[in-house]
Amino acid sequence: MSDIHTLSVQDIIKPENLVYEKTKLMTDKTLSYCPGCGHGTAHRLMMEAIEELGKENDTIGVAPVGCSVLAYEFMNVDMQEAAHGRAPAVATGIKRVWPNKLVFTYQGDGDLAAIGTGETIHACNRGEQIVMVFINNGIYGMTGGQMAPTTLPEMKTSTSPYGRDVNMMGNPLKMTELIAQLPGTHYVTRQAVHTPAAARKTKRAFKKAFQNQIDGKPGVSFVEVVSNCNSGWKMTPIDSNKWMEENMFPFYELGDIKVDGKLIEK
Amino acid sequence: MTEEIIIAGFGGQGVLSMGKILAYSGIMQDQEVSWMPSYGPEMRGGTANVTVIVSDERISSPTLTCYDTAIILNQQSMDKFESTVKPGGVLIYDPNGITHFPTRTDITIYTIEGAKLAADMGNTKIFNMVVLGAYLKVKPIVQLENVIKGLKKSLPERYHKLIPLNEDAITMGMKNVVTS
Amino acid sequence: MGELKLMKGNEALAEAAIRAGVDGYFGYPITPQSEVIEYLMAEKPHDRTGMVVLQAESEVAAINMLYGAGATGKKAMTSSSSPGISLMQEGLSYLAGAEIPCVVANIVRGGPGLGDIQPAQSDYFQSVKGGGHGDYRLPVLAPASVQEMSDFVPLSFDLAFKYRTPVLIVSDGLIGQMMEKVELFDTMPRLTDEEVTARYPWGTNGKPKGGERRIMTSLDLDPHKLEKHNFHLQDKYRTLEEDEVKYELIDCDDADYVIVAYGSSSRIAQKSIQLARKEGIKVGLLRPITLWPFPKKQINALIKQGVKGFLSVEMSAGQMVEDILLTVGDRTKVAHFGRYGGVIHSPEEVLEALKQKIIGG
Ligand SMILES: Cc1ncc(C[n+]2csc(CCOP(=O)(O)OP(=O)(O)O)c2C)c(N)n1
Ligand code: SF4
Repeated sequence: MSDIHTLSVQDIIKPENLVYEKTKLMTDKTLSYCPGCGHGTAHRLMMEAIEELGKENDTIGVAPVGCSVLAYEFMNVDMQEAAHGRAPAVATGIKRVWPNKLVFTYQGDGDLAAIGTGETIHACNRGEQIVMVFINNGIYGMTGGQMAPTTLPEMKTSTSPYGRDVNMMGNPLKMTELIAQLPGTHYVTRQAVHTPAAARKTKRAFKKAFQNQIDGKPGVSFVEVVSNCNSGWKMTPIDSNKWMEENMFPFYELGDIKVDGKLIEK
Repeated sequence: MTEEIIIAGFGGQGVLSMGKILAYSGIMQDQEVSWMPSYGPEMRGGTANVTVIVSDERISSPTLTCYDTAIILNQQSMDKFESTVKPGGVLIYDPNGITHFPTRTDITIYTIEGAKLAADMGNTKIFNMVVLGAYLKVKPIVQLENVIKGLKKSLPERYHKLIPLNEDAITMGMKNVVTS
Repeated sequence: MGELKLMKGNEALAEAAIRAGVDGYFGYPITPQSEVIEYLMAEKPHDRTGMVVLQAESEVAAINMLYGAGATGKKAMTSSSSPGISLMQEGLSYLAGAEIPCVVANIVRGGPGLGDIQPAQSDYFQSVKGGGHGDYRLPVLAPASVQEMSDFVPLSFDLAFKYRTPVLIVSDGLIGQMMEKVELFDTMPRLTDEEVTARYPWGTNGKPKGGERRIMTSLDLDPHKLEKHNFHLQDKYRTLEEDEVKYELIDCDDADYVIVAYGSSSRIAQKSIQLARKEGIKVGLLRPITLWPFPKKQINALIKQGVKGFLSVEMSAGQMVEDILLTVGDRTKVAHFGRYGGVIHSPEEVLEALKQKIIGG
């Protein structure tokens, strides 16, 4: 009992007590994401992957327009901020003139699968040697919860207040399955970050994606992360993860879709 | 008569809706009104404020740098808005959560224990109505009957059963506002 | 009197679209105007008037949905904010070239680029000088109140169909997000398909029985023919300049100095004028309601009346001031004042600028 009182912070924060360290590729800036949001975890896993591959000084990232518009504040590598949806074109520009650098985009579903559909499909079809990270939370978080191309049928958003009516508003778009069909994609996978186990898998996927680029494998390595938007979904973080498991995962099935340029037979 | 008010506090304290009810009450007695909220990333940080103007005349600027009345509901807002009250103006605040009390001597300062009174009444959601009552006692710019009409207009039909409770909260605020 | 409501500018615009008998709204979310499509989706306008509302995949798609719908003679509308409006510029050029009526509202925010989401007036050049490629102009209406956000919707459609041109409503985050009292006009029924075909024989809605087919295009590979088409467009613009200028004068009768300001800035300037007059400075306000065509004649009249200087007050680095200068030349003093990048000037700052730049300077 007296031990507790005598143990000071200085006693605790000794190197030998260290169990986990924040990657130095995340800045010290406080994340602007809502508490409970998956964006922060995805950032960290990606930066850990780049650090572990020793590519801190050879990486150029492209931030989207969406909640992660400020990714450049948090990811401690060279970053560019693109117009809404144009990140794959911006990344193409970078990669074509700096072919030996690692180039990635980090985009939400509105950015990558609505306004940026053209850029996404064509970067994937040209087989750009880049990594594309796709955070699919089924909603427009940044602008306050409007319907996204990935919004599930009957799901309520501020622009589908009575639920998404697929006859009027179209069907949820499985962009990842779509681009997997293109010969220009090399590695296509769908992951999640809501549990430690899922996060570990996602980190392996990020590492594989960047390794592909390091090895000069032809084509895009594409990592979708099915994530939550507790604010936009109007749920507590815990409820949102449960809702995601029950509703998002059955529709957006987790797992590899294409590995080494070959579609995985289901 | 033109009354220029800033209401400022945390998001979730009902700052914006309090302003809206006040504005609707103004409409109910044929006055001109404007309601201009802060919006954008600032709100993610948790603060919210709204400028409400009620006037007999056409309203000019809906955004202002000084006010007849400031209604202040947290410390950040106190830091920001105490200095913006016009000399001779009014500052009303809820001391709950305030660590640096207002110091100006050229304005009249009132306190209302809004959070406490609302809790005593068993419903923290009516906090903003208690504060509105305090304000209306100090500045009776709109009549209570018009506030009730305003409430009816701004609340969806399914909440109309809550109007008596809101009325009680306003009365509670009127009774308990004190000069500090 | 119509129905009185307390509404946000964006909501009033949306409600007015339903009441004005708009056939189709096509839009994409962007702050600070997402309330427009959100309000429309919640209101189920299809049940009220038969109006359709669609969330497009981008602003590029939305403006081309207007092209398609507008070219059939139906009333089509969109709204966005600065970055989205930039994406629409190609479409607007095609719409102007093909002479397709439609209404586009821009709830302007700070720029350039992604900028921020706070109110600004820095899209003036883009709005009044054409915006896209080619020789064209668009009528531009600048509401200064929530009431005008509502009233200018039917007004814009009147202009759009009278002159067969896209019409811009240029507002900003302040007017869009602000709530004021608004008197809603009565719902005008949407035109029936038969009325549309009868009224707008140019509409490509199915070749008339026994009649000629219609083509909607902005292409003409023969330069002489394209020049002739351009002559026709320019004639139309001259008529607009002659007949459709709209403005408001406040306290100008005895004014020594005049502030020229539109939209939100004109509201702030009104307060500055009150402050100035308390100090005995005689200031008036010229509020252009149409930014294009610009109220040049009125500026000339004010000079004749003896006004000794004009201060252009805009939330931009100085854009409208160029149009004032074009009119005034060196006949009297002209200066600009404004905060920008999403910062709103205060009434006191405006008055100070008037003293420094016009009265004293
Ligand atoms: C041209 C343009 N149109 C619209 C916007 C407004 N906007 C900003 S972010 C966004 C969508 C964000 O959703 P998503 O990509 O799913 O990312 P999330 O915020 O959910 O992470 C939109 C529509 C913009 N900035 N630029
Ligand atoms: S709005 Fe949604 S996506 Fe954006 S930070 Fe919050 S939870 Fe995450």
